[in-house]
Amino acid sequence: MPLNWKAGGLLLGLVFFLAVLLVKPIGVSTQFVILDGILADAVNPQLVTQTADGYTSTNAYLAKSDGKYAKAIANPLNYSFVFVLAMALGGLLSAKLRGGITGAERSVHALWRANFGDSPAKRYAAAFLGGFIVLYGARLAGGCTSGHMMSGMMQTALSGYIFAAGAFAAAIPVSLMLFKKEA
Amino acid sequence: MTTILLAIVIGAAFGAVLDRIGASNPNYIGKMLNLTDLNLAKTILLAIGTGSVLMFGGQMAGLVDVGHMSVKAAYAGVFIGGLMLGAGWALAGYCPGTGVVAAASGRKDALFFIAGGLVGAAAYMVTYPAWKASGLLNSFAGGKVTLGTVPGAGYDGLTALPGDLLGIVLGLGFIALAFALPERLLPQKPAAQPAE
Repeated sequence: MPLNWKAGGLLLGLVFFLAVLLVKPIGVSTQFVILDGILADAVNPQLVTQTADGYTSTNAYLAKSDGKYAKAIANPLNYSFVFVLAMALGGLLSAKLRGGITGAERSVHALWRANFGDSPAKRYAAAFLGGFIVLYGARLAGGCTSGHMMSGMMQTALSGYIFAAGAFAAAIPVSLMLFKKEA
Repeated sequence: MTTILLAIVIGAAFGAVLDRIGASNPNYIGKMLNLTDLNLAKTILLAIGTGSVLMFGGQMAGLVDVGHMSVKAAYAGVFIGGLMLGAGWALAGYCPGTGVVAAASGRKDALFFIAGGLVGAAAYMVTYPAWKASGLLNSFAGGKVTLGTVPGAGYDGLTALPGDLLGIVLGLGFIALAFALPERLLPQKPAAQPAE
């Protein structure tokens, strides 16, 4: 069982507050681009190059905003990238401490099983497709659930409200269509 | 080095909290989005409210550096991208951050989510010039704006209302909404009755 919403909400709010107090608002989805860039630059070192006053890239997206992304790709040991790696560490430790995720739940979660059966291949294909749409959409929007919805609305950013409206306008109907049976 | 240390501490705390509130569990995301268990929605609303009240309250007390705010631009693509993210979020049960945490906590399907995400992000990198040319990335309503005008933040306000006070009021509104929201919106389906 997860924490009840009162304790959980306070803790989560505290983490978002600490981030903005000590460094800057939390965001995640950019780091998928940075990891892509690190991998692609390893294959093709011409992708990201150093210039007289910073970094640039042959890819227009990586070169935008004065090569901000190109710079992060060239220096992966930066705050935002390490932050996401540390999230994985925190998630791993927390899950281990409460006994870990076991059995069939590791590959096909209960709600999916109740609606679509227990084929891992089908679930993995859906997760892959979902991941593609989520990250394409997040990059188009310029942020994800963390950066736009949580950090954005917390700061009263207009963009955060626009993003949340779009996300729930699609997520609720899609979920109602897909998950008719309760687990 | 200090910033890397902060990245590790705050990042790990964020990952652990996402795990403990059930946000990286696709069952809870699914139950929130199909409106049968809104506990996670209440958690998120309370978190946004708490963060907002602490941040703007801290700013007004002079304890929080206004310069740490980072407001993203508003443009049509924010809404279109939001729609896409929402659809994928419902299908997969993961968003970028919770997918990473879920994979680390031992969920194998989340590894496929991350793989799909890396391909999706790469697809956006390649198609970015077309979006740029379409004009859908052009800022509207002032772009990087907050709803009120936050003193010293360097961002324009959509309105002239004092942005820090408005932030506290809205934060309290989110907290009130967290309390007001019922635990489920869709009525429970009647359990199948055994045949007489």
